[in-house]
Amino acid sequence: MTLTQTPQQRDHARTIYEKSQPGRRAFVAPALDVPHREGLLPDRLRRAEPAKLPEIAEPEIVRHYNRLSKRNFDLDTGFYPLGSCTMKHNPKLHERVAALPGNARLHPLQHPQRAQGALRLMWELQRALGEIAGLPHVSLQPSAGSHGELAGVLLTRAYHERRGERRTKVLTPDTAHGTNPATVTMAGFEVVKVGTNDRGGVDVEDLRAKAGDDVACLMLTNPNTLGLFDPAIEEIAGIVHDAGATLYYDGANLNAVMGRTRPGDMGFDIVHFNLHKTFTQPHGGGGPGAGPIAVSDRIEPFLPRPQVVRREWGNGTGPSFELDHDRPQSIGRLRGFQGNYGVFVRSYAYILSLGSDGLQEASETAVLNANYLMARLAETAGEHLPAAYDRTCMHEFVLTGGPMKKALGIRTLDLAKRLLDFGFHPPTVYFPLLVDEALLIEPTETETRETLDAFADVVGEILDEAAEDPEAARNAPYTTPVRRLDEAGAAKRPVIRQPL
Amino acid sequence: MAEASYPPDLSYHEEHDWARIDGDTATFGITWYAQDQLGEVVFFDPPTVGKSVRKGDPYAEVESVKAVSDVISPLSGEIVEVNEALSSAPEAINDDPYGSGWMVKVRLADPSELESLMDAHGYQESLG
Amino acid sequence: MSRYTSATDADRRAMLAAIGAASIDELFADVPEGVRLNRPLDLPAGKPEQEVYGYLRDLAALNVSAEDEISFLGAGMYDHYVPALVEAIITRSEFLTPYTPYQPEISQGGLQVMFEYQTAISELTGLPVSNASVYEGPSALAAAGYLAKLHHPDRTRFLVSRGVHPHSRETLATTSVGWGTRIEEIPLAGGATDAQALADALADDVSAVFLQYPNFLGTVEDLEALVPAAKAAGALVIVQCDPLPLGILRPPGELGVDVAVGEGQSLGNRLDFGGPSFGFFAAQDAYLRRMPGRIAGETTDVDGRRGFVLTLQTREQHIRREKATHNICTAQALNALAGVIYLSWLGREGIVELGELLLQRTAYARDALSAIEGVELLHDQPVVREFAVTLDADVDAVIERCAAQGVNPGYALGRDYPEYPNGLLVAITEQRGKPDIDRLARTLQSAVREVVHA
Repeated sequence: MTLTQTPQQRDHARTIYEKSQPGRRAFVAPALDVPHREGLLPDRLRRAEPAKLPEIAEPEIVRHYNRLSKRNFDLDTGFYPLGSCTMKHNPKLHERVAALPGNARLHPLQHPQRAQGALRLMWELQRALGEIAGLPHVSLQPSAGSHGELAGVLLTRAYHERRGERRTKVLTPDTAHGTNPATVTMAGFEVVKVGTNDRGGVDVEDLRAKAGDDVACLMLTNPNTLGLFDPAIEEIAGIVHDAGATLYYDGANLNAVMGRTRPGDMGFDIVHFNLHKTFTQPHGGGGPGAGPIAVSDRIEPFLPRPQVVRREWGNGTGPSFELDHDRPQSIGRLRGFQGNYGVFVRSYAYILSLGSDGLQEASETAVLNANYLMARLAETAGEHLPAAYDRTCMHEFVLTGGPMKKALGIRTLDLAKRLLDFGFHPPTVYFPLLVDEALLIEPTETETRETLDAFADVVGEILDEAAEDPEAARNAPYTTPVRRLDEAGAAKRPVIRQPL
Repeated sequence: MAEASYPPDLSYHEEHDWARIDGDTATFGITWYAQDQLGEVVFFDPPTVGKSVRKGDPYAEVESVKAVSDVISPLSGEIVEVNEALSSAPEAINDDPYGSGWMVKVRLADPSELESLMDAHGYQESLG
Repeated sequence: MSRYTSATDADRRAMLAAIGAASIDELFADVPEGVRLNRPLDLPAGKPEQEVYGYLRDLAALNVSAEDEISFLGAGMYDHYVPALVEAIITRSEFLTPYTPYQPEISQGGLQVMFEYQTAISELTGLPVSNASVYEGPSALAAAGYLAKLHHPDRTRFLVSRGVHPHSRETLATTSVGWGTRIEEIPLAGGATDAQALADALADDVSAVFLQYPNFLGTVEDLEALVPAAKAAGALVIVQCDPLPLGILRPPGELGVDVAVGEGQSLGNRLDFGGPSFGFFAAQDAYLRRMPGRIAGETTDVDGRRGFVLTLQTREQHIRREKATHNICTAQALNALAGVIYLSWLGREGIVELGELLLQRTAYARDALSAIEGVELLHDQPVVREFAVTLDADVDAVIERCAAQGVNPGYALGRDYPEYPNGLLVAITEQRGKPDIDRLARTLQSAVREVVHA
């Protein structure tokens, strides 16, 4: 077991403020080496009382955060089959290259002539992502998948406006990740849901009925959040394009298809990538990530500004790379500077390491691992946790805990909590909403067969245990640093900072 | 409230809301089924007195930890009183959905709308 | 070649047998022929780790970083000293590699970090409520605009000071295009927001007023003078703040500001050519349920142990979907961790000492540069760590000559502020000591002279 009841992990939680003592400190200020002047800042602009930051020396700061870290489960320690999250290994080379001073200490406003390494890296990454997506024009600016989605819908808005069309709706499937409808509202459109058929694909007749000339865009992911590839994608693209709308690809599930098919070839106009999913940027407990976008020719004029471009001089000197601000039809900026460059370095290192052959192998192995795990779980747990759809899956698959709830009296939530005691991070639970008591499982390609077998076996064990004693799962976990928490209390009476 | 309960003196809307009629005013709330589906209620923001409500339309939201639900008005009218106590004690909606968990009192605009509501038996049947 | 995968031919055979498929191709049968790529990706083949390292090392060597020159570049990101304990802690697997804490029982480390971070931001800004981070500064300002739009759906004007960072102003414009709002700019007068122009522009259709503190030209805006008029008109006051100077400046919360946002890079994060860093977002209590992003809250477990959870999730996209307060999902948790470690390292006294040091050195630099012939201060407002001058010479040519001498004198203002065609924004951090500032003055003086006489 990874997490056991050890004294460090079961320590009563004390915050760094509670470990502070007046007068303690870590920082030693450089000496004042200029003449001291009075009156630089009028008193009325000055803070009367210092902010109550901690007062603590370096050894205790280090101990505090080290001990806290041990209360986390993490990917470097164990299996993390979160569906639609692509928790694949974070290669250790990446921290080394991101930390090179030429990258880490480079100011974003450095003159482009003196940042050619960075701009060239961004340009090459753009090219690689464009090839993977099958759409040539890439912006690296968005800072996360949601940010890329917002960019995509704003690009769509600009595209239609340019054509003199007024379109007010964006279609999303009922299986869509919550960021999709949230993005639609932020971009000023109305969300219209499209149904899913009983094979887990888009209900094409429902789409046809709703794809009117007031529809700006259809947002999809393929494979979808059920882990299923929609074989009707060409027909879907045709319906959307015939209606004059754009087709947007949520790249959360790109890990299933690299080298096999490309969203651009499926008919998508705009794609976002999650560099913190498919391209190994470490999740960091909730970021940083990056959500670059790739678009078709007709959308290209509207891309955010600035764009990284390559200029040939034709006079014997090599090409140079620049930030092009001169983009009159651009939607503008979505953030400061150029984007999360540190994430680009890591993702580009990954693409260089894997290359054409490795990226395809990654997707194929991801799909192999998912189908294998689905088959093994059908053996160990299929009676009570059947697959929601009787189809070959892609990189992830959904099980339904409905039968488990009826027969054994434990819910998907209880299974998830009991898995914690066995040193596994649970899969995604209760998403997508379409499936009752959903369990969305994505193993990724970097897991061994033995790990997948172990997981399938443990799920079987937990169900066997529940048949004898459902209370065991209902009251789980037992061995984690804390047990089930009162989330209702935290919502009713929010305490979101330490009183000081 | 642990056991399902659907008092016979109330009228029920298919979106899981009840009405208790008292002359030309009515009290509204959500049914046992609704609060059971929601789980522990953590937040209810009462609407303002004077607001009009329309049969079948949402007039407020009720939140649990992991879900938000529209509260649907079973009848049309104008809000004359709101249960302010729910701001600090939203759990009354779970513990006593038909009593201290009441949400608003409304002066009815069209008492004939009552005919389209279900009785306790009919509502329970509709839950299947 | 195995690249982070373990599946051997033997593994593949066994797994396909268990699946009941004859080949990997069969697993892709649902992909219609018409969309199959049927050729390798047009990318180079994968390379061994040492070659990847060599290639990227050579690219990085083409960049002139703050390691290679004495840099006075600021304008939103600053070359502060990041203490070694930050990277020692944030590169720990247990902080670097987990996902967002959806299973709180095994995420107490990350959740408690968020709680401690939220507390620190609340302290710095003087506002009771903080979230656990957003992406960075300019998009944080836009997120605050979205909060104002949700709060005041019937009000349609945003008044934005010209002293707000140009990237923030542009991000707000781009992001708000579908909100039914329109942006009006409030001019500067003498380097600070023109209070009269603001008062004249205010009316009951103004949703929010946006200011920056200190502003882009370094001025410590007089919030006490600006805020009341906005509040009287019923508008929200949203201020983008530079977090380090908040150690010595009156906090926005005390001055009636509704929402304070800002760029967190100065707090323990590297320059990284502009990201990743983090944005902070803090507000008055009244806006708690309209806040974007993750919020960690304190609670107890079934055995009475103190613990932390993501709370008020009904605001967020995964529950509220189209009615969410924002679409943000992945934020900048690791960078916010770096931020709270850094603030703990600076400490209650340290942030004040650092602020005073910046104040004194900036004053010294300001005096030294304005004494140069051909260099004038753009304004004489109070500043903390950044100030603006204007040159009697082509600023780009001056910058080139300084760069050749190993000094980066600052940011040319002309593109963002055409009214200052030869403006230069100069930033001072604790890494720029008196000798560096003296060298800047000498270098700038000779560069200006050379360009004027060229």
